[in-house]
Amino acid sequence: MIDMYQEELLEHYKSPRNSGKIENPSVEFHDTNPLCGDEVTVTAKIKNNIVKNLKFESRGCAISVASASKLSEQIKGKTVNEVLKLDNQFVLDLVGVPISAMRLKCALLSLKAIQKAIIQYKEK
Amino acid sequence: MKQLLDLKSDFPILSQKVNGKQLIYLDNSATSQKPQKVIDSITEYYSKYNSNVHRAIHKLGEQATLKYEEAHEKVANFINASKEEIIFTRNTTESINLLSHSLQISKKHNIIVTEMEHHSNLVPWQQICKETGAELRFIPIDKDGKLNLKKIPINNNTRVVSVAHVSNVLGTINPIKELSKMVHQYNALFVVDGAQSVPHMKVDVKDLNMDFLAFSGHKMLGPTGIGVLYGKKELLKKLHPFLTGGGMISDVKKDVSEWADIPNKFEAGTPNIEGAIALGAAVDYLENIDMDEINKNVKDLVSYLMKRLLELDNISIYGPENGDRTALVSFNLLDIHPHDVAEILDKEGVAIRAGHMCAKPLMDILGVNAVCRASPYFYNTKEDIDHLIKSLKKVQEVFAK
Repeated sequence: MIDMYQEELLEHYKSPRNSGKIENPSVEFHDTNPLCGDEVTVTAKIKNNIVKNLKFESRGCAISVASASKLSEQIKGKTVNEVLKLDNQFVLDLVGVPISAMRLKCALLSLKAIQKAIIQYKEK
Repeated sequence: MKQLLDLKSDFPILSQKVNGKQLIYLDNSATSQKPQKVIDSITEYYSKYNSNVHRAIHKLGEQATLKYEEAHEKVANFINASKEEIIFTRNTTESINLLSHSLQISKKHNIIVTEMEHHSNLVPWQQICKETGAELRFIPIDKDGKLNLKKIPINNNTRVVSVAHVSNVLGTINPIKELSKMVHQYNALFVVDGAQSVPHMKVDVKDLNMDFLAFSGHKMLGPTGIGVLYGKKELLKKLHPFLTGGGMISDVKKDVSEWADIPNKFEAGTPNIEGAIALGAAVDYLENIDMDEINKNVKDLVSYLMKRLLELDNISIYGPENGDRTALVSFNLLDIHPHDVAEILDKEGVAIRAGHMCAKPLMDILGVNAVCRASPYFYNTKEDIDHLIKSLKKVQEVFAK
């Protein structure tokens, strides 16, 4: 009945992977979803253009927290350019449940944040 | 209260199903639904007498002008003002922007708002203070979500005190009469944001001694895009125009113009004619029920809503106790984000609002990013609230998995 809130997604919400902050990160970026006030801070360690480690500190809904959690597992080990190429569909496939139009921004907040972080890193 | 229960059938939108469930609309603080009579007034305007108002010398123009003028009069009577004291704007936000730009704020002034304001009664003042160097001050709120009247930072340099009549997050009914007295002792101007009060209660601008009152048509059965700014005649006459151009002049030369009388001075350009006429129809509908009856009905529903919400485990409710509040109840379920609550309620046919409610400074004070808000209007019933509570229990079950 309630497709969006499947057990697996809720499990990521309750125990998000790679949650918190990395000490002495290569880059740190804070982003918000002005529509709902969701917040995410991403910290990442980048070495030889590879994302060695990253953490999301999320304050938000199940969709935004779970998508950050699932995304974090995928991004580790990718090059910065690979991360920049990830598109919205990648995250939606990862989340794997139907996302309504009003909730797209929640699902995509973490991807936007890590991509902005990497752009900031590259500009350094 | 019983006689009001039948009114749902006046609102065609309410009979539909969403997501296969009967729609229970509890997002009235965002916008109310519209009765058939209001919808009809719009189609009637466009199918029978659509024409631009004021200078038309033909039958349709005359009819449109008379109806547009009549709308001013209906709204004026509704709040115990006179016709020329009613300025039609787009909404509460525009009404307050008009004021903030027309009041000639200067560096020596301070402006006072409260910590519970909607962005519409905060950001325009914030901006005008930035532009002029005036100081923005706040009346703090206490733990119960009421204004702390002992800490009003007013002095002889206070130009404006602008306060929500009813908080769109806390539901608090602010003591307007008391505030008005204090503000006028300092010769400051008293502005009231009535967006959440005018739909629910008899607001008498004379009795409450307001200098200005801003509100929106769409929260009181009217269409979107029509709002009101009431101002005392003698004050409006002194105020500078906000927008200039067609319709607001009495004479124009190549290098200089003279302004029309109030309210036209503040209604530049072709106005929202059908919006004004439909707002007039909305006022007729409300007065036909009686505002005191509506007030009592909504307060009863809010107090029932509070009582039922308190039966739930792990819930935080924001704002004052029953009696000092109306219109809405904001709450949070422990460890469940308001967006998730609203999404699951939607699957059950129940529409509420979730988010920061356009009151971010207040969210910071409450220590949350967002809240859930359920806001009944007179056409809602206790059964609607029962359905909401049942659905909230489902939300908690989903997250307990």
